[in-house]
Amino acid sequence: MTFGSTGYDIAHLLGGGILLLSFVLLYQRRLEGVIGAFAIQGGLLAAAAAWQGWMQDEPGLYVTALLAFGAKALLIPLALRLLLRRLGLHRTVEPALGIGPSLLAASALVGLSVMVVLPVTAGQAQALTRENLALALSVVLLGMLMMIGRRNAISQVIGLLSLENGLILAAIGVRGMPLVVELSTAALVLMLALVAGIVVFLLRDQLATLDTDVLHGHQGERHQGERHQGERHQGEGP
Amino acid sequence: MTLHLPWIIVFLPWAGALLLAALAPRGRWPALVNLGVSGVSCGLALAVLAVPEGVQGWTRVDAVNQPLVALAGIIGLATAAFSAATVEAERFDGLRARAYHAAFQLFMGAQFLALLSDNLGVMWVAIEIATLASVLIVAVHGTPAAIEAAWKFFLLCGIGIALALFGTILLYLAAQPLVGQGDPGLSWGALRAVAQQCDPGILSLAFIFLVVGYGTKAGLVPLHAWLPDAEAEGPLPITAVLSGLLLNAALVAVLRAKAIVGLNPGALEPGPLLVGFGLASLLLASLALWRRRDARRLFAWSSIEHMGLSAIAFGLGANLAGMLHLMGHSLVKSAVFFGIGAAAQIKGSQKISDIGGLAASHPALGWGLALGIAGLAGLPPFSLFVSEFRLVVAAAAMQPWLVLSIGIGLLLAGTALVRALQALCLGPPTPDAPVPGAFTLPGGLWWATGPAWALLALSMLLGFALPAWFTALLGDATRLLG
Repeated sequence: MTFGSTGYDIAHLLGGGILLLSFVLLYQRRLEGVIGAFAIQGGLLAAAAAWQGWMQDEPGLYVTALLAFGAKALLIPLALRLLLRRLGLHRTVEPALGIGPSLLAASALVGLSVMVVLPVTAGQAQALTRENLALALSVVLLGMLMMIGRRNAISQVIGLLSLENGLILAAIGVRGMPLVVELSTAALVLMLALVAGIVVFLLRDQLATLDTDVLHGHQGERHQGERHQGERHQGEGP
Repeated sequence: MTLHLPWIIVFLPWAGALLLAALAPRGRWPALVNLGVSGVSCGLALAVLAVPEGVQGWTRVDAVNQPLVALAGIIGLATAAFSAATVEAERFDGLRARAYHAAFQLFMGAQFLALLSDNLGVMWVAIEIATLASVLIVAVHGTPAAIEAAWKFFLLCGIGIALALFGTILLYLAAQPLVGQGDPGLSWGALRAVAQQCDPGILSLAFIFLVVGYGTKAGLVPLHAWLPDAEAEGPLPITAVLSGLLLNAALVAVLRAKAIVGLNPGALEPGPLLVGFGLASLLLASLALWRRRDARRLFAWSSIEHMGLSAIAFGLGANLAGMLHLMGHSLVKSAVFFGIGAAAQIKGSQKISDIGGLAASHPALGWGLALGIAGLAGLPPFSLFVSEFRLVVAAAAMQPWLVLSIGIGLLLAGTALVRALQALCLGPPTPDAPVPGAFTLPGGLWWATGPAWALLALSMLLGFALPAWFTALLGDATRLLG
């Protein structure tokens, strides 16, 4: 299967769309925008999984698609939106790395992953797998960039979630990958736990702010003088 | 029976976790049930030593995981005993007590599965479950410091295991033309059989992702940032299993990947990469040890140092030294964490300056802790002395320049630990401020000193009086890891 056949083109289009949304995630200035872009990315991922399931004749991938759609396009964005509303937050994303530099870095990372993956896999796998892998690695690296470049806890979590979208994209694109459904489900459980964790912790009074910088004051040894109120050793009792 | 033993040993703790989650946390029952489940698991784990090598579907029993599974069983039991005596002082409410005990058993089951799995996908899932369970335990107190530690742990290890999954996918991609579709594509045995004909480029790329991914979980520098926080802020007993077991499972995952990639002559050589990570861990930790004021953070950093030493040993191909070091570190470090945990309960603080003169005020505890710290510093008669000696000899034979940097690291770390030993155990005792509820079980402090001395004794056996069959087992492991 090569360029020009419908199966290849559609798989490629969906993969490219997912990568494009990784860029969209990076240039959003408002959290609502970030969450919306993530929801669309989740929907595209579900479509890509379903398409691969049809092309590879692998019914298990439909399960992956269904789970991805339910969790990433609906459940997680909904939970995060409710969280924002509950906390009364309509905030900007607080970039640690500016929008412009992030996009430049992102372009460089895409170039890097294409240069790494395509030559390495040259002799072997079929064209679709190779290019899918390059796209997936780009999505992974962009997710990581988002985690580094944003100070806000919700943006960091979305960075990790989109990183995981890249992983699923890689897994569904490799023909005959064993345990693909199990692995993608397990990864999804991890992500859901993460989202549940952030929802629970942010709704508590202790963390009324979303800026993870605030947390650093509570970190063990760094601020010896400021710890008395936050720090409670097991030894000291409540 | 032996065919199903690997699964029984995984699902027994998980069944225990369900029971503990359902059980009303009344009085001492959860702690005792936890102890009972851990005792049975420990017996099963020791029985794994008698199972002949072989693959059973998704799991395998071989010389690499047999000793480590037995070790995990022993340390799990010792930790459950320590936990039973100290959990009351943690002042958990009903929900937290359930979550703590259930997560402990969930973690133990996942730990066994991670060690026993033959299928690399199953291994990944097991390490992920272990991560989730340990995040839950670290966060269980809900204080800002605990949440900060758990958040950092979750994010960094989340990235780590995500990258490891990418590496796993690449590994299958490399083997796909040779092993075809379906489960064998991720089986360690099958991958090793075809590793020589695999595409070297994809294998190298896969190894880089696997070593960075699982290396994060093994606490190798520069991916270690979560470890000191997680080990200092979680409940006292859990530190022993986090440090003694979780790191081992992650390093074994790296070694399994290394054993596959190392077979292919065209792929990147995995050894030097591991030596590099190991050396960075050793040197950074040996400096960081000098600046710790919090006792649990001090020993968390010492875990980074020892994982670095093991990584160097495996990277150089001195697999016997590496296996001995992994096991010795788990035993001695758990013993030290029991001692420090008990001391923190007695003195009401885990700062080094608040704990002093333990040997004078509580001889059994103080001298046990002193011996343990001396063992971590690499002094005889513990197995860490033997493995470090073997490591230095191997390094001198292969890469003489390495000896200098390893020597500097060992010396710096050793002296820092001896200084901590003097501060914690010798000198005039500091005033006691016991935490209410600690060591109220009959037997009192023996619930901490007993397990600690038992683990120290095992570590001595491991170093100087190994039975012949165990030496043979470690020799097989050395050959398997290639």
